[in-house]
Amino acid sequence: MSRYSNRPLPLFSRILAYAGILLLYVPLILVLIQSFNANKHGQTWGGFTFDWYTKLFDNVLVQTATVNTVILAVVSTIISTVLGTILAIGIHRTPWGKKMQNFFDMSINIPVVTPDILMAIALVSVFALFRSFTSIFDPGMLTLIIAHVTFEISFVVLVVQSRLVSIGSEQIEAARDLYATTAGAWFRVIIPQLSTAIIAGALLAFTLSLDDFIISFFVSGPKSTTLPLYIYGSLKRGISPQIHALSTLIFSITLFVMLLVAMKNKIKAPKALQKK
Amino acid sequence: MANSNTTEVFEGKLTTRSRMRKFGLLLTGPGMLWLLVFLLLPTIFLLVMAFAQRGSYGTIDWTFSLDNVKKLLGYSSFGWSADNLLIIWRSFKIAVITTILCLVVGIPMAFWIGSHGKSMRTLLLALVMVPSCTNLVIRTYAWMILLGSQMPPTWIARFLGIIGENEALYPGTFAVYIGMVSCMLPFAVLPLYTSVERLDWGIVEAAKDLYAKPVRVFYHGILSQMMPGIVASVVLTLVPTLGMYVVSDLLGGAKYILIGNMIQQQFFGTALDWPFGAMLGIVLIISSVLSLVAFQKVGGKNFV
Repeated sequence: MSRYSNRPLPLFSRILAYAGILLLYVPLILVLIQSFNANKHGQTWGGFTFDWYTKLFDNVLVQTATVNTVILAVVSTIISTVLGTILAIGIHRTPWGKKMQNFFDMSINIPVVTPDILMAIALVSVFALFRSFTSIFDPGMLTLIIAHVTFEISFVVLVVQSRLVSIGSEQIEAARDLYATTAGAWFRVIIPQLSTAIIAGALLAFTLSLDDFIISFFVSGPKSTTLPLYIYGSLKRGISPQIHALSTLIFSITLFVMLLVAMKNKIKAPKALQKK
Repeated sequence: MANSNTTEVFEGKLTTRSRMRKFGLLLTGPGMLWLLVFLLLPTIFLLVMAFAQRGSYGTIDWTFSLDNVKKLLGYSSFGWSADNLLIIWRSFKIAVITTILCLVVGIPMAFWIGSHGKSMRTLLLALVMVPSCTNLVIRTYAWMILLGSQMPPTWIARFLGIIGENEALYPGTFAVYIGMVSCMLPFAVLPLYTSVERLDWGIVEAAKDLYAKPVRVFYHGILSQMMPGIVASVVLTLVPTLGMYVVSDLLGGAKYILIGNMIQQQFFGTALDWPFGAMLGIVLIISSVLSLVAFQKVGGKNFV
């Protein structure tokens, strides 16, 4: 069984593949270029400028939105990573029956597959229901954090779970043979290997939170505007080149975090283990 | 055979199955409780609300009836109109065409990534996935600029006579398709690439040895092996496209309404009819569940 054919791809399929890459990157590059374009309306090149960036940093609305976005992303990432990791371990190491296993698989996969707008309207309705008992569910940071944790958990579980499967059960048995307690084996053998996956899951949750628009749009309140909501709002009001600068900054941060994820995933085990 | 109270060895420890399960419940408890309260409960609430009525000033009147189903099918106090059904039909049409386009571009991309060396493949896969993690509003907005009347794509389309002299590619159906495909493509490519990596090229060689024509080699030798990946990528593209709201809102122009936009209108817009919005949500739930069932029928377990 040969792994893959060395024959080059037919020309038309290579053209389609390049077209796909263009489709993904042309919009991003265009925004990047426009963020340095001195011409306000952006139809022609009016020279290189940093003006939009400096104006952006002086914009009070952007400042509050940034603070909101960061608080939301950090808090929801911490909660979803803790819950998701424990959940993944619980699902993986317990000898569940087939029905329970299917139930867990479904509960984890469904949030990934269903459209965001569905989770958004379900949450906004149930928050309205809760509000008739207590006012803490008024649209605002708390509702945003709850909503973000809810869609992030599944992704954390999926990342951590796939690493648990690849680690397998031999190592923990070996550790037990060497008189480690179960807890000792988990904390000194499995968790260190799992840490890269946990960090990767957390970074994924962080970028998802940073870029979420639809769910935030439904559950946020007037005082909890996030950056994506601010951008959407200003598109409706009419475009300012500051949005290009802001978009470029958000894109760069996401790219940076994703590179971190890619690197974390490449390093399979901590260095201490690799040497042995 | 394995009674839940007989002692067995788990992780090198003598214990019983039921004791392991109790501890497992302790571990899965917090996470599942969260999903129960903020995912399952809201979904059930949505299902119930779909059969309630709109009260005065957009409040909810909890008398249950099938009125929203009738409304969905186009019946109202003014008689029957095809509007709602047309919107649902249009949403499905766009979702299906977007999915097909994603496959047409995604399959060559998957093979293109697979034709490189090992480290290059990881890099290219990351290159495809990164845009999906960048902001949807930003990417959609970029297409608004790019397809505008002053930009090269519109000149080319005018020159080729696809659109009239004073028209632009944005806003319109074409812009919606471009936006949808560029937004869904990464999710389509990922499972396709996984199945390209797992291809058994021996079968392809065998088909060639037996003098199969290239088309048949591709169809029977390659596509049939890729079926789980193709179905996974259809599920990951079709249902999210169906509920897409941002792309059609920004790229389609004011009159361009899909299910997602209609739901938004029921919740925040002028219509303000939450129960009917919930009924529209049920259309999305049913299609999600159907596609998941179809996915499991073909033997799929994980999407990647």
